[in-house]
Amino acid sequence: MLKAINKTGLVFFPAFDWAIDPTHPEREERLLYTQDQVFEEGILDIEDIVEYKPSLVSDMDIKRVHFCVPDVFSVTTKSHFISAGGAITMGRALMEKEIQRGFALVRPPGHHSMRVVHGNRGFCNINNEAILVEFLRKHYGVKRVAIVDTDCHHGDGTQDIYWHDPDTLFISIHQDGRTLYPGSGFTEELGGPNAYGTTVNIPLPPTTSDEGYLYTIEHVVLPILDEFKPEIIINSAGQDNHFSDPLTNMNFSAQGYANLTKMLKPDIAVLEGGYSIEGALPYVNTGLILAMAGLDYSGITEPGFDAARIAQSEEVSRAIRKIGDVVLSNWRNRREMQEKIRRGRDFIERRRTIMYDTDMIYEMQKDEIRICDDCAGALKIDSSADTGQHILGVSIPLNACRACTQVALDWFDQAEKGPYERAFLQDRPNDEYREKIFKHR
Amino acid sequence: MIIGLDVGGTHTDVVLIGPDGPIREVKVLTDNSELFKSVLSGLEQITDGIDTRQIKRAVLSTTLTTNAIVTGQVESVGMIVMSGPGIDPMAYRTCEQYHCVSGSIDHRGREVSGVMEEEVTRAASLMKLAGIKYVGVVGKFSTRNPSHEIRVEKILADFDFEKVFTGHRTSGNLNFPRRIATTFLNASVYPIHSRFFHAVKQSLAEKELDIPIHILKADGGTMNFSASIDCPSQTILSGPAASVMGAIASAPPEGDVIVLDIGGTTTDIAVLINSSPVLEPLGISLGKYKTLIRSLKTFSLGVGGDSHVRVENGEILVGPMRKGPAMAYGGSTPTPTDALFVLEKIENGDAASAYRGVSGIADELGVSVSEAAERIFEKTCRLILNAADKLVEDINSKPVYTVHELLEGYTVRPSRMLVLGGPAHYFTKHLKKRFGYHVETVPRWGVANAIGAGLARTTCEVTLFVDTEKGVVLAPEENYAKTIRSMYSFEDAEETAYDLLRKKALKQGADAENLQTEIIESLSFNMVRGFRTTGKNIRIKTQVKPGLIKGYKA
Repeated sequence: MLKAINKTGLVFFPAFDWAIDPTHPEREERLLYTQDQVFEEGILDIEDIVEYKPSLVSDMDIKRVHFCVPDVFSVTTKSHFISAGGAITMGRALMEKEIQRGFALVRPPGHHSMRVVHGNRGFCNINNEAILVEFLRKHYGVKRVAIVDTDCHHGDGTQDIYWHDPDTLFISIHQDGRTLYPGSGFTEELGGPNAYGTTVNIPLPPTTSDEGYLYTIEHVVLPILDEFKPEIIINSAGQDNHFSDPLTNMNFSAQGYANLTKMLKPDIAVLEGGYSIEGALPYVNTGLILAMAGLDYSGITEPGFDAARIAQSEEVSRAIRKIGDVVLSNWRNRREMQEKIRRGRDFIERRRTIMYDTDMIYEMQKDEIRICDDCAGALKIDSSADTGQHILGVSIPLNACRACTQVALDWFDQAEKGPYERAFLQDRPNDEYREKIFKHR
Repeated sequence: MIIGLDVGGTHTDVVLIGPDGPIREVKVLTDNSELFKSVLSGLEQITDGIDTRQIKRAVLSTTLTTNAIVTGQVESVGMIVMSGPGIDPMAYRTCEQYHCVSGSIDHRGREVSGVMEEEVTRAASLMKLAGIKYVGVVGKFSTRNPSHEIRVEKILADFDFEKVFTGHRTSGNLNFPRRIATTFLNASVYPIHSRFFHAVKQSLAEKELDIPIHILKADGGTMNFSASIDCPSQTILSGPAASVMGAIASAPPEGDVIVLDIGGTTTDIAVLINSSPVLEPLGISLGKYKTLIRSLKTFSLGVGGDSHVRVENGEILVGPMRKGPAMAYGGSTPTPTDALFVLEKIENGDAASAYRGVSGIADELGVSVSEAAERIFEKTCRLILNAADKLVEDINSKPVYTVHELLEGYTVRPSRMLVLGGPAHYFTKHLKKRFGYHVETVPRWGVANAIGAGLARTTCEVTLFVDTEKGVVLAPEENYAKTIRSMYSFEDAEETAYDLLRKKALKQGADAENLQTEIIESLSFNMVRGFRTTGKNIRIKTQVKPGLIKGYKA
């Protein structure tokens, strides 16, 4: 009988009664065939692979990460509470030492959800990984965390949430943003002035196959992880790099995914995208669970797999090596580069526009961070959307210094005079989430 | 009138039940080396002087197949396994003659690669050479498409094996390793099961006792003998089911109830919801075998009336070993039964020895003998209650896969307890007194198991799978497959499932008035390819609920 080498927890929540809309890729059917495969392979009977029922996250767990506009319940459904709850269930089991690895095979996904949430973008409303990380920080005192996003799309939501956090290393490996949604994630996106370099983007060219992907893991991702020394590694385990995925253009295989998981050794993996629901997901997930558990996955092959047909060209290999070099050079020079952008400044402001493709919302954002050597810095976000919403979000980071705390509190207090409908305060050190409502709509 | 017969480790209990309740009870000693004799003698004694034409049926619950598996006294069988890509099927090897051959079906039932006839022929020849007579054939996803198993079965037909079991006929559930184990067990216990019942039938015929024989299954339902021949493994572990069915007769129609069957070595715990027993999600586990055999969800705790009681580090330990009978009955180590002798001042045994046993524990603890007896009994009850709590927690933490079930799903909160088995009466008193439960002893607790077997309804399950994109509806377990049009609806599927279920139940010996059918799982998915709905994927599971037949009183 089979027995896992690493005791592995699994939350399987396919949300068979939830869809964005009936023909949307994020629909009831998405994990149906994965469930069939996992059940038929008897994976849940393997000794030391333990299935957990997901708990629900609380309002508070979400507010610890997001400014939801106008409020949490307006931008979520129950399924989001369960999906994020699945991630937390694995986190708790890991910290309580019930398991050594955990995989939250849940939907809906979350990695496109940013700190401010006006609605759904890229099939995501709330960020499951960020909610998990902040839960672990609050309840288990975890500090240094690495999130490695292996979804084919740039994890722009997670990047946004950790842009200013030097204690969270965010690495996203994805298909080049010039060829795929959301069109971001270039090597020069490296993080804010207090956390420069702890955002790492590795855009890979279309048709990258197992070879190029695993090269990147070995030569770029693992060395950076080794140096950062996180207490916990979380994998945003999107499965849409697969050669059969209908929304992307990569050539990754089920074996590739399992190998990636074996190399990365994530403590917790959380499912993100992946929409080849028959040809990829059943096999990728089976391989991933076996790899997490430390079991042999060499027998997993998806129908239609042909190594020669999906092999990458020499040109693609060259491009991948070049990107890796750029990423590693940025990583090594991050401190000097950080000094350069900070020099002579007390605050740094950034303006941008954010598109919510699923809900068709257009957001304009202006944020301001206090340059700080003692903490992650006071953060202020002015966000308006074409829904008519206009809010101010102020964040006091965990372990904030006194100066930043005061700056943030002043921002929040002064907000009354502003043009806002609501002002939110994330007081992380006290785990308090305050809100001022100026106008009722 | 009906007969219920339950073979236990020491006694075989037999009851004759009429419309107004049990008419006669018989206990015979079980001869484990010749179960057939115990059964026959039980049947003879219970029918002595009765007009047997009035006996509608006899339901037997035996330990025959269970014992055979546990002791490994089963026939050597051969297995042919078609796995295709995935976990190495050698991980699930059940026997020496275990042959993995080509052939692969995917999750939607599409053929990925075909069966190679010469591989099967070679495996068959090797099995023949090894003297194998019974063979199991199992393919991954054969419940989605049984054609490979059927093909292999045809090839094997030329080799004159006594019997070939196929995986798709064992269960509609997905789980390849369990399908292998279940098919293997079917083949393994087939000869012993078959011999036993032919012997019973023949002897009854010789004695002109013309009684239809039914067999109790692990799910607390019955089937007739001819049905059992194709799935003999369903008779394993029917013992706990007999007791639980016996308890149902005195269970309230509504509410959650814990059933405790307290025996000498173990206490079997089960849960009833609205007087129906909770079932295992997939199937029974027996020793190293995890199976797809439908069964009641029971937990067997190594604590009973004869459990070994001792003191370690100032703490009383009870079980899980049984070192022999209670000292009150000639044993050499103290037991909870001996504590009962002290507490209850029982006199129909060797009370002095019981007292001596408990006083040994009292000395170690430095307390009075009656205090020691109290503590032993308290500890025993506590262990049983903890196990019951754990079983309830286990049922409640079963994963679910829809938002609705997760938020609105039923939570078991038992408020009552039903106790049966040898020392039931004493336990009831103490569980009530100390723990404040609403506890009752099952009337006729000594033979409730035989009553349960006798009154159990014929049960079965049907799993239907519809894929309108492929244009098929199938229930491989029932040997049912049809092509359908894209118009085929969810209602059509439900109707087909119910229809198949009724037919199956009647064939297995149910009478039409005792068909309590229900849908236990129904899922319908729109299949969307390229932003267009291309079909429906429907999964329905129906069952005849375990319960008691009408027209008889316990």
